[in-house]
Amino acid sequence: MSSSDVLRPDLAVIAQNVAPGARVLDVGCGDGTLMAALRDGRDCDARGLELEPANVAACVARGLSAIQGDADTDLSFYPDDSFDYAILSQTLQTTKRPDLVMEQLLRIGRRAFVSFPNFAHWRVRLSLLWGGRMPVTRLLPVAWYETPNIHHLTVADFRDFVGSRGIAVEGAWFLEGDALTGAAAANWRAEHAVFLLKRHGA
Amino acid sequence: MSDTSAILPIETPLNAVGATYDLDQPLELDGGQVLHGVRIAYETYGTLNEARDNAILVCHATTGDQHLATPHPITGKPGWWSRMVGPGLPIDTDRFYVICPNVLGSCMGTTGPGSLAPDGLPYGPRFPVITIRDMVRAHVLLLKALGVENLYAVIGGSMGGMQALSLSVHWPDLARRVLVLASTAAMPVQNIAFQELGRQAIMADPEWQGGAYHGTGKSPDAGLAVARMAAHITYLSEATLSEKFGRRLQNGQAKSFGFGADFQVESYLRYQGESFTGRFDANSYLYITKAMSYFDLAEGHGEDDHPGRLAEAFKGVHSRFCLVSFDTDWLYPTSESRTIAHALNAAGAPVSFMELSAPFGHDSFLLDVPALDRVIEGFLLR
Repeated sequence: MSSSDVLRPDLAVIAQNVAPGARVLDVGCGDGTLMAALRDGRDCDARGLELEPANVAACVARGLSAIQGDADTDLSFYPDDSFDYAILSQTLQTTKRPDLVMEQLLRIGRRAFVSFPNFAHWRVRLSLLWGGRMPVTRLLPVAWYETPNIHHLTVADFRDFVGSRGIAVEGAWFLEGDALTGAAAANWRAEHAVFLLKRHGA
Repeated sequence: MSDTSAILPIETPLNAVGATYDLDQPLELDGGQVLHGVRIAYETYGTLNEARDNAILVCHATTGDQHLATPHPITGKPGWWSRMVGPGLPIDTDRFYVICPNVLGSCMGTTGPGSLAPDGLPYGPRFPVITIRDMVRAHVLLLKALGVENLYAVIGGSMGGMQALSLSVHWPDLARRVLVLASTAAMPVQNIAFQELGRQAIMADPEWQGGAYHGTGKSPDAGLAVARMAAHITYLSEATLSEKFGRRLQNGQAKSFGFGADFQVESYLRYQGESFTGRFDANSYLYITKAMSYFDLAEGHGEDDHPGRLAEAFKGVHSRFCLVSFDTDWLYPTSESRTIAHALNAAGAPVSFMELSAPFGHDSFLLDVPALDRVIEGFLLR
């Protein structure tokens, strides 16, 4: 097994919780690591959307189907309810309009997995509080002027957002390092959050 | 088949065979006419395996031919895709049985306007106007004769991509994989305009003689050369022209103050035009470009402005698709491939699409673009 086959912790959570045989759209699928795991491990029919052509080519070379495109603009071309799950891992905070992207995810997929780095993790808070500077941490390793993350959010922000939109939370997982941590103080302790969502009325 | 005669077995590691096949039935055309006695010239590479599941059909572009990876019999140049097709190459002839037919209407051995009609005289302008689907009809009959009932893949760039798409929609059970490079689901209006320019150049040449020049010893070479010059510009990119020629003059720094070929680019285009007339028939150029102009895969699936009509056309396809465009291709720009990808997605078909970066314009699919090699190899891997 090559290193690229070892799933990132948030992807491992998603892979373990997708129903076998499901139709899945992985938005921001990268080189197809998660799609390949879902196809080979859970017999899923996985499709991808990815910005970088080299990554799309890597997907094609794995026998996967991926389209070069942008979550902000290209999701509107997918029909309603065309997937059992739409997955958006580590990408929400890089989109121009996360709210519209979320709307599209839950239009295309009956359920959605969304994972993102938690900007309220204690290390981030300390860095901002004591340093007075935009945090550069293990999970947010890029300086403010060149980070792709243009819409930072916290676990609490996300809970408020889905609550106000009538989106049901069917599952939530919180990661500190590579290990799961409890939901209780997640907004302090989680570096990563993974949510399983279901559209209101779906 | 008894009437599949090998005329050009070439002893190379490619295991290439050049042959012709005479259809044992009339060919009914989209235009309502029927062609009798159609001959198809084709080449094959590699061997059809026992399970008969390793065949790949490669469809050539407008002025291409069946000489995929063998030297061209007139120009002596290497086959048009010899960098892609061969032992150990992305389209691996050790693994696949590769078939490349010359399209209907062409002039390299397959029946076209320069061929003899059943009355023993050249068709000339009596040749019926054909469509992309008519070309594919002939391919499908050839495949049957070769004992190929399903294809591992159908592959084509530009007009070859149109044939691949047409096959995937009209013969949905035939190909398991469809690879389309630098192509479109409907000829863009700008290209229809350029092709009309080329056709008018040919028809304005008095030697065209209303299309009945075959057998007169004369042909509209001047018109055909102009058509080729215009088309050739559309195959290149601004970057290629700038790098290759810029504003450089042919003879040092001296302008001729005449209408000779002062600029290097002028000389280059004249050469391209003239050499083209030695290997291509003007009437074939008319018929093939008209077929391309007519091409609209979504035709018959609702009004022209109905946004879902292409997706309608793709309902019922059974293949896995891969579409590739090139960032400097302004003849078949990325938006054309993206439109196909979105329609296939809406139809629920497995599809990959990517825009590759390459400097060579539309011709990129024929030239040295290592990223394309990797994509094709990967797509055919499993």
